[in-house]
Amino acid sequence: MSDHVQHHIAVYKKVAASLAVLTVLTVAVSYLDVSVPLAVTIALIIAATKGSLVLSFFMHLLEEKKPVPLSRGGIGLIIGSLLVTALFFLVIIFIPLMGHSDKIGTYFSLPNANAPTVETPAAH
Amino acid sequence: MTTTEEAVQEAAEHGHEEHGHDEGFWRTYVFSVDHKVIGIQYAVTGLLFLLFGFTLMMLMRWQIAYPGEPIPLIGQWLGDERAPGGIMLPEFYNQLGAMHGTIMVFLGVVPLAVGGFGNFVLPLQIGAPDMAFPKLNMASYWTFFPGGVIMFASFFVPGGAANSGWTSYAPLSVFATTGQTMWLVGMVFLITSSLLGSVNFIVTTVQLRAPGLSFMRLPFFVWAQLVTAFLLLLAFPPLEAAGVLQLMDRVAGTSFFMPSGLVYADAPWDASGGGSVLLWQHLFWFLAHPEVYVLILPALGIVADIVANNTRKPIWGYRVLVASVIFLGFMSFIVWAHHMFLTGMGTTMSSFFQTTTMIISIPSVVILSALFLSLYGGSIRYTTPMLFALAFLPMFGIGGLTGLPLGLSAPDIHLHDTYYVIGHFHYVVAPGTLMALFGGIYYWFPKATGRKMNDMLGKIHFWGSFIAINVVFMPMFIQGLSGMNRRMYDGGAQYVMNQDVLYLNEVIGMGAWTLGFFQLFFIYNFFNSIKNGEKVGNNPWNATTLEWEAPSPPPHGNFATPPVAYRGPYEYSVPGAEKDFVMQGEPDQPAAEPAKV
Amino acid sequence: MDIPYIVDERPDTGLTNVKLGIWLFLASEVMLFGALFSSYVLLRLMAPDWPVGAEVLNVPMGTFNTAVLIGSSVTMVFAYASLQMDNLAGFKKFMGATIGLSLLFMVVKGFEYNHEFEIGNFPWTSTYLAIYFTMTGLHALHIIGGVIVNAYFLGPGSKMWETNKTQFTNRIEAAGLYWHFVDLVWIFLFPVLYLL
Repeated sequence: MSDHVQHHIAVYKKVAASLAVLTVLTVAVSYLDVSVPLAVTIALIIAATKGSLVLSFFMHLLEEKKPVPLSRGGIGLIIGSLLVTALFFLVIIFIPLMGHSDKIGTYFSLPNANAPTVETPAAH
Repeated sequence: MTTTEEAVQEAAEHGHEEHGHDEGFWRTYVFSVDHKVIGIQYAVTGLLFLLFGFTLMMLMRWQIAYPGEPIPLIGQWLGDERAPGGIMLPEFYNQLGAMHGTIMVFLGVVPLAVGGFGNFVLPLQIGAPDMAFPKLNMASYWTFFPGGVIMFASFFVPGGAANSGWTSYAPLSVFATTGQTMWLVGMVFLITSSLLGSVNFIVTTVQLRAPGLSFMRLPFFVWAQLVTAFLLLLAFPPLEAAGVLQLMDRVAGTSFFMPSGLVYADAPWDASGGGSVLLWQHLFWFLAHPEVYVLILPALGIVADIVANNTRKPIWGYRVLVASVIFLGFMSFIVWAHHMFLTGMGTTMSSFFQTTTMIISIPSVVILSALFLSLYGGSIRYTTPMLFALAFLPMFGIGGLTGLPLGLSAPDIHLHDTYYVIGHFHYVVAPGTLMALFGGIYYWFPKATGRKMNDMLGKIHFWGSFIAINVVFMPMFIQGLSGMNRRMYDGGAQYVMNQDVLYLNEVIGMGAWTLGFFQLFFIYNFFNSIKNGEKVGNNPWNATTLEWEAPSPPPHGNFATPPVAYRGPYEYSVPGAEKDFVMQGEPDQPAAEPAKV
Repeated sequence: MDIPYIVDERPDTGLTNVKLGIWLFLASEVMLFGALFSSYVLLRLMAPDWPVGAEVLNVPMGTFNTAVLIGSSVTMVFAYASLQMDNLAGFKKFMGATIGLSLLFMVVKGFEYNHEFEIGNFPWTSTYLAIYFTMTGLHALHIIGGVIVNAYFLGPGSKMWETNKTQFTNRIEAAGLYWHFVDLVWIFLFPVLYLL
């Protein structure tokens, strides 16, 4: 058991180092002059990588594959619930977005005289 | 006393000793961690709120049937801010409308169906000593209760209760009076309570099943509660988020849901603008659609158990039922915008949601058909629970079928926001779910109290309610098809197109007050039977599922020895068996399979 | 009858009650933050203009905070590993560090908020700020909740180590899962709000 944990500790240290590097990368990449969709994609990929490291190693999700038969639902339960959750997460992010782009006519909107304008750089 | 009864008595006493002797009134009856006590707390609170929400509706129906006429008896007590001279103000009408919906859904049906029935029956049906997290269970009830108090108290603040519909659409809800803030705060409590409960239900069902009780041997009631718990777990959080956002719009002046350029009370609305009213609708309906399946699934579970028991045969198509209920739960997350067909969505999105809505009708039909087919060849006992369960079937059928034109975007153009919608959803919830819940109360009352409810009163309650409830809701389809709008304070009298169907308002009103009258039989029966009902043993209905092995009422810890499941949940009329039912936990039968772990 | 599978795993599911429970709770939290991310997306798409995060917020401070929070996640997992190696002192050291780093995060957050208020950036000033304050505010509330739970386990809760080591370790595992989730949310929140 102790060796098992020692091995884990070695992994944790490697993951911690990777997360540090990826954090630096996250910020560095933001200085690149790319279009918004590309910037979003890159940022999300890096974030997803970091997230996967946390999920797999700190949260031991990779270990949830216990040697019990699939039919018993043992492996499936946590990972299965999370997969379903991930699907609904994507649904709630994308569907309102798609609804926004697929509409009849245009949304009518007046500028509000009271609202102070927020500074925006021309490049955005 | 027989040895079994002695053993149970000993277990009860031993159980008490183990858990710290005499715990005093407060820990035993108020802050109990026992799922049975909590279940009864939820059920009684739910029933009280159902009665209150029903009373609100009876008031509304007076105004609709006789617009501008003073409300008899109660009118004088309502006060000038609500009903000067006993005549209901439109503002008060709107409060009644919004709160009737909110209370019935969130404080009535769900606490009774899920908090009440789920908590009380589920651990017993899986042979568990309690829920997986008893303290969390108690926390769940005591988070629900303040939520209910806040909702109730909102009637008494200046401006009255929330009045923007149970749907609280922005920007109206953001402009609205203080009651809306209380609605939002109340909802946060209720959603939190629900979250705690749903985690408990899922863990309990997965982890605490008795040996031999595989997933495919679970009573359908348990499957229904399991899927319901998943719906609550994953669908409620977006509404909690949306509630916080609306609170911020109201209290902190943000503009999550407030578009630019709004003018209210002749002045430009003082906020940054840039928000989206559709965002509220998306987030609200993301919950509220799965919510309606939360309303129906426990009822389907109750009906399945009662039908099997009173036809003396297994449910038809158990596997198909399980597959359907899982598929239904999954689909319920991707149909929500059929409530938003008229918001300006284009044809692509409308088609998507129309398609998913049509698809979701399939498992619903399959489940209903399976329940109908379960009657075929059965030896039907017309007990009071069975009457309610039988009535549920065609009522749910009507509710479901009338949903079809609403789920198709083209006819919905005509029917959206009319009385047709009100008729549709009430058929599913009121003649549907509520009747199933009453059936469940008559069915499990003996388990909870050790006494049966009176049969004659039950039958009067049933027939009176069944007829009255159809008188209330059937005419609404006619009104809706002729174009009568929802939420109109004068019952539609101001529109020329409604004149031909206005007389139905009086019919519906009469139905509603008659329905109210017949509930008196139930209320009296319920409380009287606790003391004076006919005493019964463990299994007065000769049922098969595990809860009927425990004493009535079960002691703390439920079972003297942990039960083992040897067969499926509905082994009625097994060929070659001694009696017309074989209990799930009874060993040594020729038809038994070896216990699977 | 006692409630089973509090300490031992149920053979066919391979889970303890608390482990399944905490993961389900985290699933619901994914949906909670999901709704807020969805709001962000919709509000941003609808806005005629939207500031670049770096123009409004302090990226170095945000980066520092990201490192702090990830650090607290590392110390949290080491706290759990200490218990697995029967090392209570190690657990207390690492749990203390976790709490310390969390509080540091909150302090930096406090400075950030204060700065925004000083220059007149309030939640009601624009939808960008509204969603920024709401998302980071809700995240901060989750941190506070986590700190309270962790402090309890560091303090009075750690008495359970004397009576039931496995159950205590399971509880710390659950607390750890929650804490890593809080970190996970920030890992997405930081680039979205500060950098994009």
